[in-house]
Amino acid sequence: MFVISASLGVGFAAIRSCTDPGIAMVTAVEVKSIVKTFGAGSMHEVTALKTVSLTIEGNEFFTLLGPSGCGKTTMLRLIAGFEMPTSGEILLFGKHMEDLPPHQRNVNTVFQHYALFPHMSVAENVAFGLRRLRKSPDEIRKTVGNMLDLVKLGELAERKPAQLSGGQQQRVALARALAPGPGVLLLDEPLSALDLKLRQAMRLELKHLQRETGITFIFVTHDQEEALSMSDRIAVMSDGRVQQVGTPTDIYEFPINRFVAEFIGDANFMDVRIVGLEQGHVVCQTAGGILRAPRMDGSSVGDSVTIFLRPEKVGLHREDEHDDGLRGEVVDLVYYGGQTAYSVALGEGPTILVEDRNLTTGERRFAVGDRIGLRIDPETLRVLS
Amino acid sequence: MEGILRKRLGRIWVGLAPAWIIIGVFMLVPIMLMAVISFLEANPYGGVYPRFSTDAYVQIAFEYDLADNLIFNPIYITIILRSVVLSILATVACLVIGFPVAYFITLQPASRRNFYIYLVTVPFWTNLLVRTFSWILILGRNGVIETPLQLLGIIEESLNMMYTNGAITVGLAYSYLPLMILPIYASLEKLDFRLVEAASDLYANRLEIMTRVVIPLSMPGIIAGCMLVYIPSLGAFIAPDLLGGGKRLLLGSLVQFQFATARNWPFGAAIAMILLAFVVLSLMVYARAARRRAIQEGAT
Repeated sequence: MFVISASLGVGFAAIRSCTDPGIAMVTAVEVKSIVKTFGAGSMHEVTALKTVSLTIEGNEFFTLLGPSGCGKTTMLRLIAGFEMPTSGEILLFGKHMEDLPPHQRNVNTVFQHYALFPHMSVAENVAFGLRRLRKSPDEIRKTVGNMLDLVKLGELAERKPAQLSGGQQQRVALARALAPGPGVLLLDEPLSALDLKLRQAMRLELKHLQRETGITFIFVTHDQEEALSMSDRIAVMSDGRVQQVGTPTDIYEFPINRFVAEFIGDANFMDVRIVGLEQGHVVCQTAGGILRAPRMDGSSVGDSVTIFLRPEKVGLHREDEHDDGLRGEVVDLVYYGGQTAYSVALGEGPTILVEDRNLTTGERRFAVGDRIGLRIDPETLRVLS
Repeated sequence: MEGILRKRLGRIWVGLAPAWIIIGVFMLVPIMLMAVISFLEANPYGGVYPRFSTDAYVQIAFEYDLADNLIFNPIYITIILRSVVLSILATVACLVIGFPVAYFITLQPASRRNFYIYLVTVPFWTNLLVRTFSWILILGRNGVIETPLQLLGIIEESLNMMYTNGAITVGLAYSYLPLMILPIYASLEKLDFRLVEAASDLYANRLEIMTRVVIPLSMPGIIAGCMLVYIPSLGAFIAPDLLGGGKRLLLGSLVQFQFATARNWPFGAAIAMILLAFVVLSLMVYARAARRRAIQEGAT
């Protein structure tokens, strides 16, 4: 239902009416074994995407997250049609797109630097796609009005882009891309040029917009906070491959490898040896004492494993003779207001990062040189192979 | 504050003095001189008598018949109109050829663009007279175009391409084509290619990308190029003389003829003033368009 109304471009109101959660899930974008090589055969041959497959559902806020050069923008440009894949298939709502130029794809893009047409007013920018689709003047006027209201720019319709602030230009870019009623909206780091406050406000707005319009958003960013706070699902990419696809919680709490764990948030890694097995747990020896972690299939005594630990999962208290957990010494601390980050040296071994919420006012709980005990719930630890 | 600014402004004027002197001595003074000469009486042996007269301007549109009555004489008006029409045709031809060339150069990798620009400027290295002469070899009887066609039996008689308005237009367009290409290239090169992608993303096909985005955004270059071709075309005399056979005078040839051959300086100067008026008029149109543009785009 949604697909049909969007492809006919009957406008925003129609799309909105299709957003009730009862509608059946459709696959918006299917990317199958895409390989993209630039400068094939030359000295500068670069493979930006190495056999990437993704399935993005209709109505989903999907984020491609990764460091610069990981291939996320290339992926977006392939879906938009600005690049042709070296091999592989791209399907939009079940239709093959590989050979179609951008103007024949029911997809619109919000560009990183907005790419607003400088010689056109805000309203003309927003109307551009509708005009090319040969909509009736009446419909164009109505849709442009709706879109400008949606992004709260109604009064600025006659301004030129150069007369707008960065945040306003951002909204125009959004309205322009949403106006033709695309099946999928592609957003290429749209918030990166905004200052922090505006960026945070726009995150919420984008999320609302996506829920309200029911359009599938594919959002490219290198900012893990953006990804976690907005997405339904995230694909973490690096070096031309998808490392992991999952909900923000999956990605944060259950990273499948060290790259994902390190890229999303802060992470501690401890290389340890398994010294004992218990019901559901493995017992590991670290420089700071004994540590219990969830038992994985096939763990056995003597194995070397890497344990992954988020800094905020650790409880801190003054060292106590009866502690049987980890002990360490504060070697450094950074005060952030809401929390304090401590670097804790475990015996002679590694230093780990621990975050402590500042629940009370006044002095920080520990100072550099303090001996402290660390309480860690085994269930919050992950054993990475 | 104001005092400092004022002092600084004063210094700027002093600094600009050499430029003003050069413009004054080498531009304003000669033009003033021409303006004065155009209002003097002609000396049939060359030069002028220092007596005020508006004969030169009257002569543009009228002549004296045998009974000393002023009668309308369309011959110079025709020349003026022909100049304007042929200059416009040459400008259009340059635009039609020059824009695709400039666009092509813009699409080349950055390393190769300078080479193409260099190629565009190569004709400037030889004398315009010599280059225009070569068009006689191309267009003329038994020339590069006619000979093969005759050998192939496609035509039997000469096409008579030489000494026509068409030949003059070709010559003018050829002479000033680089002046069209360079400013258009300059503004196309600044064009943000992401705007082309954005247009394509918003369902614009190739033609619409051109007409809605590329051409409007390269308008400053297009207008500048048109001015740079149109203005010198109005005053050109080499191409009209060689390719028009001197039978079809243009304004430039007329001025040159009046000073060099007919020895009617005031009339030549008056024609030059008319020419100047056309140029100033078109520059004013251009300046107004540019100002309107600046206001529209309103960089605040």
